[in-house]
Amino acid sequence: MFESIPADWIWGLLGGLLIGTGGAVYLLANGRVMGASGILGGLVDGSGRSSAGERIAFLVGVLLLPVLINPLYAPFSTNASENLAVLIVAGLLVGIGTRIANGCTSGHGVCGISRLSPRGLLATVFYILAGGATVYVFRHMLEVI
Amino acid sequence: MQRKLYAFIAGGLFGAGLFISGMTDTRKVQGWLDLFGDWDPTLAFVMGGAILPMFVAWRLTRNRRPLSGGEFPAPSTKGVDGDLVTGSVMFGAGWGLAGLCPGPAIASLSYGGWPHWVFFIAMVIGMALTPALRRSFGKAVPTS
Repeated sequence: MFESIPADWIWGLLGGLLIGTGGAVYLLANGRVMGASGILGGLVDGSGRSSAGERIAFLVGVLLLPVLINPLYAPFSTNASENLAVLIVAGLLVGIGTRIANGCTSGHGVCGISRLSPRGLLATVFYILAGGATVYVFRHMLEVI
Repeated sequence: MQRKLYAFIAGGLFGAGLFISGMTDTRKVQGWLDLFGDWDPTLAFVMGGAILPMFVAWRLTRNRRPLSGGEFPAPSTKGVDGDLVTGSVMFGAGWGLAGLCPGPAIASLSYGGWPHWVFFIAMVIGMALTPALRRSFGKAVPTS
């Protein structure tokens, strides 16, 4: 049965379970919503100064585990764009957008939807629609990504 | 110290999950968004897998307190507002352009090469600019 399921989907599911378990630990142990943009953004703009220590500890974990796992894998590419304008505009949009919306794929998507939050669900619908439209325009019409 | 340790464990699980799920591969993320091209459904499996333990976790918060003390976060009282829509549309556009969102952007810094650093630095600048941007539009700036 499993032979017919692409390995990428199984790895996706396993990785997803780890992501959700991380969110569960952050919630049940520290009483916080695991949102990557909020944890980083609160450090950047100073609004999360009172909890800076645990924010930094979280971010160190996010950075460090891939460093430890990476050597177990064959070298691979993340296929990122090398177009400076694309990278800079995309980074600015993600930084500003997630702070205005107060969440991203982890906070609104994973933690919001699992809480049956209307805000989380609606944010997810909007960023997927906007992402889909962007890929359509920039890949199939303008052919820059 | 205890809170930092729990946060480190949570971040480690998050980072490991992002790595093995393939979500730091920008082509897979853009593939999920590419409904009219070579569509890649992997992201749906990642989302589904992540929502499962979180759904149980939210159930477990009932009539309990966090292990480190304090209170569980109350649901937002803001409802669906313009900021949620505007911000999510901006975020989605950037997500589609580069194939990166904040979690994977951080998790991939050690192996993604210079494009990931350029994206990450632009994202941090965007986050730093947001309070001033909001003020110039006459919007309240959260301080919590």
